[in-house]
Amino acid sequence: MTLLSVLGVLSSAIFSGTSLLYTTLGEIIDQRSGIVNLGLEGVMLVSASAGFAVTAITDNPYLGVLVSIIAGGLMNMILGFLVISRRANQLASGLALMFFGFGLSALIGSSFVGTKIKGLPRLPLPGLSNLPMLYSSLFNFDLLIYLAIPMAILVWWLLFRTRWGLGLRAVGENADTTFASGRNPLLIRYQALFVGGLLAGLGAAHLSIAYTMNWTEYMTAGRGFIAVALVIFSKWNPLRAIVGALLFSGAVAFQLLLQSSGIQISPFLLDTIPYVITIIVLIAWGGTRRHTAPASLGRVYQGSE
Amino acid sequence: MLPIRNAIKRSGFVRQKTVNAVVRYIFMMVLAFLLFGIILLISGKDPIQSYKDIFSSTLGSAYGFSEVIVIMTPLLLTALAVALPSRIILINVGVEGQLYMGACFATWGALAFGDLPAGILVPLMILLGMIGGSLWAFIPGYLRAMGIVNETITTLLLNSVAPMIVSFFIFGFWHSPMDTNKTPNFSPSARLPTLFNTRIDLSLVFALVLLTLFWLVMKYTRWGLEMKAIGGNPQAARRNGIPVKLYLISIMCIGGAIAGLAGMAQVSGFYGVLLANFSRGIGFMGFLISWLAGGSPLGIILTSFVISIIISGGNLLQLTINLPYAAINVLLAFTLFVVLARPNFLTQRKEA
Repeated sequence: MTLLSVLGVLSSAIFSGTSLLYTTLGEIIDQRSGIVNLGLEGVMLVSASAGFAVTAITDNPYLGVLVSIIAGGLMNMILGFLVISRRANQLASGLALMFFGFGLSALIGSSFVGTKIKGLPRLPLPGLSNLPMLYSSLFNFDLLIYLAIPMAILVWWLLFRTRWGLGLRAVGENADTTFASGRNPLLIRYQALFVGGLLAGLGAAHLSIAYTMNWTEYMTAGRGFIAVALVIFSKWNPLRAIVGALLFSGAVAFQLLLQSSGIQISPFLLDTIPYVITIIVLIAWGGTRRHTAPASLGRVYQGSE
Repeated sequence: MLPIRNAIKRSGFVRQKTVNAVVRYIFMMVLAFLLFGIILLISGKDPIQSYKDIFSSTLGSAYGFSEVIVIMTPLLLTALAVALPSRIILINVGVEGQLYMGACFATWGALAFGDLPAGILVPLMILLGMIGGSLWAFIPGYLRAMGIVNETITTLLLNSVAPMIVSFFIFGFWHSPMDTNKTPNFSPSARLPTLFNTRIDLSLVFALVLLTLFWLVMKYTRWGLEMKAIGGNPQAARRNGIPVKLYLISIMCIGGAIAGLAGMAQVSGFYGVLLANFSRGIGFMGFLISWLAGGSPLGIILTSFVISIIISGGNLLQLTINLPYAAINVLLAFTLFVVLARPNFLTQRKEA
């Protein structure tokens, strides 16, 4: 096995993992405020299709990314209305949002199946230009990849080092106490869902505009659920989410490596690795899990009279 | 809407609540259809014609009606697989995965014992399907009963694993010579018998029997009473000597078995072949139906029926107005949204 193939696998892992990291970060914000968003799959699909459509029409990938982000935020507002204002069950509302996303994205994308777009431009790193062409082409990433890890740090900083983040986490732990301390739990949850949606939209944008550069129905293929799993795996911590996203893309990369070296292991079994590890990690934590998950995750805030 | 409400009140209807509920649901459906009509208009289709097509194709002919029932059958089972555990506050989001495992086990039976006569093979496949589903549900059930991991999380994670295991077996061992993403067609003896010369198969009978059984058990047996006790207050139930852990595990497994039966019925009855990724959200839809119906058997039947009409109509719209098949999910979702949002236009009932 050559260094080249290893590097190639690594770079493809980074490409596939980026959308996952953004989406996971979005879900972490949602869940830290106490809301499980099971509709992530649908949110991503609508964002991906809207962003792709705009890119195809305007020929401007950055505009497409912007539309994707906004679409993600708006999709989450539907969930917000149901679970925050109307106090509906979070799991059921999330699944309804997922089905909505399946349908709406198919409608948006139907006239763009097979369309070719100019994807997000690659920005070579300054130091790499004097490497041989063969190698530098592997690490020729787009803007969203460079921003992924700084974004994780930014989300961590927002959640753990700002007043806004303190309020948000407090709502996730105990909404009544937060209300008593003079904050508005409903508003905070709306904000959390909106920001979470923006990030999910960013992840979806990277998927359709930079990674696959085409639109097919149900192109997210379970990424929304992987993100939910990664949130748990990373103990609701944005920095650990980097590790989680690397683990998942690592499994993909590992699979490609094995294939290139001729070892026959079913890719489907390798695909289960991230989930199985997450379950094992959960079992290993056992009772201590209580201290990491937001205490009122999934509960409806009934409001104070 | 207020004058109408007062008029109904003044007219002295005995079943005020029922009338209110019916009017509420009709209003919700109208709202959902209006919203989807707007979407259809935006995408340049004729909404009125589309709705006419939906209803005439599903309720206007015996064949259309039978197709609605075909779609409804697995939903009844998957909804029941959620409703039963929900009685003791187990949240089974994992029906999708349990369904796949049921289908996987049943397919193994069909391929390994294809020579057996139908009278033995079909019951064997049913048994295998139920075992597959309940094994998949045992993991979260056990972990929950032991207080290790919440079942919502584990069932959700296992959902994603099961289709991959199915794909592993199909691609690795079972695929037909022509096609790598499905098994060869099952032999006739591995197929569930169909009823009334339609595509409706025997699993409809299973579903209705199980729903009735569910209602009877909850209403008239000691098990039902004990489950109510656990659902009301697990601590108190445990102190009164009810084996709560045993209930948690076994009810979860029974839920999984029902989901596995649904999976078996899909491959043996509906498709006659195991396809990779065949379900397309039947399990999740079951969760939604059970939740909307409040876990009541009659509610499950009614809700499944309405949802099946929409899905079946979607199949038709794909052909007549060239709408992508998945687009009907928008109408479905609007229906779910309005029910979840519980618009309080008619009854100003106090929220708990």
